[in-house]
Amino acid sequence: MESPAVVTEGIARRFGDYWAVDGVDLEIPAGEIYGFLGPNGAGKSTLVRMLCTLIQPTKGRGIVAGYDVAASPEHVRLHIGVALQDAALDDRQTGRELLDLQARLYGLHRAERLGRLSQVLQLVDIGDAIDRRIGTYSGGMKRRLDLAAALIHDPDILFLDEPTTGLDPVSRVTVWNEVRNLNDQLGTTIFLTTQYLEEADELADRVGIIARGRLVAEGPPAELKRSVGEDVIVAQLSGADDATAAAVAAVPGVDKVVAGRGELVIHAGDGAAAMSPVALALHHCGATVTSLILRTPTLDDVFLQYTGAHLQEDTATTDEEPRP
Amino acid sequence: MTTTTADHGLRVHARPAGFVTDLLSVAGRAVRQIPRDPESVIPAVIVPAIFYIMNVGALSGVTHAATGIIFKGFELPVSVIFAVTGVSRASSLVLDIQNGYFDRLTITPIRRLPLLLGLMMADLALVMLLAVPVIILGLSIGVRFDTGVPGMVVFVVISGLWGLVFTGLPYSIALKTGNPSAVNSSFILFFPFVFLTSAFAPLPALAGWMQAIARYNPMTYVLAALRSLIGVQAVPGQAEHWHWAVLGLGALAIVGFGVFSMTLALLALRGRVHRR
Repeated sequence: MESPAVVTEGIARRFGDYWAVDGVDLEIPAGEIYGFLGPNGAGKSTLVRMLCTLIQPTKGRGIVAGYDVAASPEHVRLHIGVALQDAALDDRQTGRELLDLQARLYGLHRAERLGRLSQVLQLVDIGDAIDRRIGTYSGGMKRRLDLAAALIHDPDILFLDEPTTGLDPVSRVTVWNEVRNLNDQLGTTIFLTTQYLEEADELADRVGIIARGRLVAEGPPAELKRSVGEDVIVAQLSGADDATAAAVAAVPGVDKVVAGRGELVIHAGDGAAAMSPVALALHHCGATVTSLILRTPTLDDVFLQYTGAHLQEDTATTDEEPRP
Repeated sequence: MTTTTADHGLRVHARPAGFVTDLLSVAGRAVRQIPRDPESVIPAVIVPAIFYIMNVGALSGVTHAATGIIFKGFELPVSVIFAVTGVSRASSLVLDIQNGYFDRLTITPIRRLPLLLGLMMADLALVMLLAVPVIILGLSIGVRFDTGVPGMVVFVVISGLWGLVFTGLPYSIALKTGNPSAVNSSFILFFPFVFLTSAFAPLPALAGWMQAIARYNPMTYVLAALRSLIGVQAVPGQAEHWHWAVLGLGALAIVGFGVFSMTLALLALRGRVHRR
């Protein structure tokens, strides 16, 4: 059996008194797209920086492509491609110069460089701009060039740290397509961090949900969503208290109720059948309901179930991860 | 924008490129940046030239009367040193650190030393080039090299090597702090090295306290070595041969200062790339 592409065992990283990553265990088989979902400051980038050998773990260990990131970083680097959260480019070089330099540093000979350059140029799709200085590129072009630089040496494992943050919807779809193509055609293992639910849902074979440095849930997106119930009823309301939540939880067919800020998230096996009884229960409790929506579960519901907060709420209340 | 699918047919295998390739790759990028960053080079040519013309115009007569030296030849090395000291890609390095490009480089299999030495290679080429216009200016106003063309070549090499070893200071600050303001303020170091020395008058003519400081300043010996290649004496023939002892002391001063500055720079590099 092929060994896993990425394994972490209790990996942790502390900055001062703050544990940015606090004992994460992962096992990612070769060829998988693994989505690492969490708000800003959850520890995603810190974990990526440890796995791509930029910083040392404080505790635990990480194995990438069969090599320990702390003991054999030089071997790890030969097998990975990395596009970090901020496109790390040199504005004074042209796109072609940057890619060529990158290819040289990976030991590619001239013919290999030219071949790979031609291939990744199809990917970045920036036309004649490849011979312009990077400082003149748009944000989307920079992102795509950054991705091309990560791919120039044909890595086995690709780390993409929030690759579509700041991109327009069309550019985002382009990146998604390329991530899928890389995985389908070459079997490249992709470790993708994101704060976008739809990105993890769309791309990942499995999703790990991280909050405050800890892995709180993991599994295929569909399975994770099923774990919170078949249907979700979201009640936006005012005047609700614990008694209201308890009253709704007692409604037949309701599996679970999670109280959030000004809302109740109600999980039910048959949401359509539970809608009317839930509405009546809320009415009897004196709550003022502004909307009552029935939908299927999302990864945000999974995040809510495990952390008690929505993904975006947690983003708003958490500081950025410290950068060493 | 169109959505395309890349052809991923060609498989390649990444491998360490080797020290020389690493070095040349980093140096090549640094050299390419120089003409794209003219604002960092133009002052290094213009300021020393103006400095030279003003000093020669203002001090030639009085210095010649007091000491008997030909000031335009005496002052040429100071202006060249002015041109080559403190010129480096340290600001560029800080930019790389700040925008994450330095991290991108360190994720590749590149050896750590070429990350610094490649930049220094580009600096050496640049500072030797910067010395040339000032030398031409000196020649155009009548400075003569008693050691001839070989002396001129040695003059450029010594100037370049001094410029190179001095870059260790801004690089160590850049790597240690990653802060552009700190790198810019490293220019302050330039003043004691250039001015607490025999920049404007021969060593014996300096005040006692300044003479004492100048004797411990490596720049004094570098200037003396450079002057030994030029005819600075009023009486022709006094500098018509190679002063090997003076040149040796100049070389020693460069090596000594180089050991100090490069140690600082390498320690700072180690601190920067050591995965904290």
